Amino acid sequence: MSVEAGQVFLHNLLAFTRALRSAGIRVTPAQTSDLTRALGWVGLDHREEVFRTARALLVTRKEDLALFEMMFRRFWSAPDGQALSRPQRRPPAPRERRKPESRFTIATYMAFKAQSAMEERDIADRSGTFTDEEILNSKRFADMTPEELASVRRLLERMEWSASLRTTRRRTPHHAGRDIHMRKVLRQASRLGTIPPVLPRRKRVVKPRPVVLLADISGSMEKYSRLVLQFFHVLARGMGDVETFVFGTRLSRITPQLRLRNVDRALDEVSRHVIDWAGGTRIGGSLGEFNRRWGRRVLRRGAVVVMISDGCDRGDLESLAREMRRLRHRAHAVIWLNPYMGRADYTPVVGGMSVAISFVDQLLSAHNVQSLQEFAHALAGARRSGRSVRRPGRRPEVRQGVPQ
Amino acid sequence: MFDSIDDTRSRLSAQGYFADPGLTTSLFLALRMQKALFLEGEPGVGKTEVARVLSTILDTPLIRLQCYEGLDITHAVYEWNYPRQLMEIQARSAAAGGRATGEAPADAADIFSEEFLLRRPLLEAIHRSHEKAPVLLIDELDRADEEFESFLLELLGDFQITVPEIGTFTAEHPPVVIITSNRTREIHDALKRRCIYHWIDYPSADQELAIVREKVPEAEERLARDVVDFVQRLRDEDLYKLPGVAESLDWARALTHLSAHRLDAATVDRTLGLILKYQDDVDQIRGARTAAILEAVQEG
Repeated sequence: MSVEAGQVFLHNLLAFTRALRSAGIRVTPAQTSDLTRALGWVGLDHREEVFRTARALLVTRKEDLALFEMMFRRFWSAPDGQALSRPQRRPPAPRERRKPESRFTIATYMAFKAQSAMEERDIADRSGTFTDEEILNSKRFADMTPEELASVRRLLERMEWSASLRTTRRRTPHHAGRDIHMRKVLRQASRLGTIPPVLPRRKRVVKPRPVVLLADISGSMEKYSRLVLQFFHVLARGMGDVETFVFGTRLSRITPQLRLRNVDRALDEVSRHVIDWAGGTRIGGSLGEFNRRWGRRVLRRGAVVVMISDGCDRGDLESLAREMRRLRHRAHAVIWLNPYMGRADYTPVVGGMSVAISFVDQLLSAHNVQSLQEFAHALAGARRSGRSVRRPGRRPEVRQGVPQ
Repeated sequence: MFDSIDDTRSRLSAQGYFADPGLTTSLFLALRMQKALFLEGEPGVGKTEVARVLSTILDTPLIRLQCYEGLDITHAVYEWNYPRQLMEIQARSAAAGGRATGEAPADAADIFSEEFLLRRPLLEAIHRSHEKAPVLLIDELDRADEEFESFLLELLGDFQITVPEIGTFTAEHPPVVIITSNRTREIHDALKRRCIYHWIDYPSADQELAIVREKVPEAEERLARDVVDFVQRLRDEDLYKLPGVAESLDWARALTHLSAHRLDAATVDRTLGLILKYQDDVDQIRGARTAAILEAVQEG
């Protein structure tokens, strides 16, 4: 290749990495310079080889492979030099478009936002005062006004959210630990010329468990879905390791969308991403999708699963039982929140709920703030029912001194 | 070292490893650019095997670090030989005899010398590099804690390890590093950007047949074809755990022990446990599904 052609190629290469970035594949300058270096060995004669080389150096996630291939084929199919004179148009981001017929509530949600912003406030904002909270605590979400729901959100944000703790395998120095901290012992011993009289010790580090949130957003849950998502947003921001999914007839992962700090923007993103708002319910099928595609990846290190659903399943109950069994098998504990549980006339004997209940460690109501406070409590103490937490054969902690 | 991509491919297949063109290119580049090769893929697609074959081809030792939860420096890098250190202290205080025990011996510090150091895989890889670059396999990195990744990131940068009591060890010939992950969690991007990333997919039917023929030569060709065809079709089913190449090989071996010449429903039912590792999956495939897949296999 002549020097001039090399210049043109380099220029095109830079344009290509820019196109990749705009499509959401992050490429660092170091990677680009690595690629030019690599192409020196691979050569530019063999198109497929150039493709594989670029892929090896620029892509770092399996999810990006298909998009990268599409971008590569598009970009380099243009005749030589064309990309230089006419900048490539950015291809549409591969995001699922919202079906026009879906009834979601993004419209209702926007309307709600607009309405609450415009409305004249003729009563003083009393959120935060004692009596106000008292009333709010026991009032059913279903009966609340938009203002009340907004103060509920603020209330939830102020609460302490944490999953129960688990003992990790990492160790840290601690005077009351069980294991002897050998490195420290020897360091002291080398100074003293003998074993120190009090042995330094280590103990295992405790950490909050990962939490996996699964919410039903089907038709029967529609009036709760906005609140549930706000609730998820609070939880995702308040705790360290949280994965969030919603489902109706199919499953969507919304963890990345909920990372946005601003709740309104986060919810806008979610509503664009999720396609089956307020449709039918297929809990068994959606859970199956979760178990197969995500179970191994997110149910690790003793995760606590929180499911929000009314359990009204029109699908196959046998598959629901199978998937619930599998879910419970992998998770440390399963907490089920059912917004209808608070109703006096409700008993969990209908459809899906009657099947699922035997695989749930705790079934809680979620119809008012008080019940969510109970949930916060349950989450912080979440443990598997029907099994002792302490494994048999464990020695008790040794407090101090030299063991016999 | 490999001269070209074609050379890489032919030397891999000479060792019985049939790599697809993407993997061949990535491996060639990793060696050329002295970057770590990051292999991600489902269990049983031959990620670990790459390292093993590579160490044979390059005629260099394979040093393996199996990752697990709680993996720390004392298991990955180095540890002190405490029993020996204790005995040394004991011996010295006995030799000192009449001297008061509270008085520190003059040579106390040297129980933290190289003589008392236990080299774990990462330090070993640097140590062994003095003769020739070894292959360092960091297996199933997704099992280790995130804290370990940042340590690894540092190591991959300059191949140096510092032991505070002794000093810094530097690799003379940087090891060939292969990192594998089953993707049970996302590995940090910063680490992957330092590496050549490659996603190993399940092999194509031809590729898999070549692997089975190579590794299980005692299986008749007809049987090998049936096994590969059946497993390939199984990968289209809705299962919790899809069978990998490792499962195809196990299955082919088991079937030859059963003196099977072709697949039939009874044999498949008896041996399904070799390719499906969850009872739910076995229940789903056994019976009607098996018959349907077998029919397709025999037609094709």
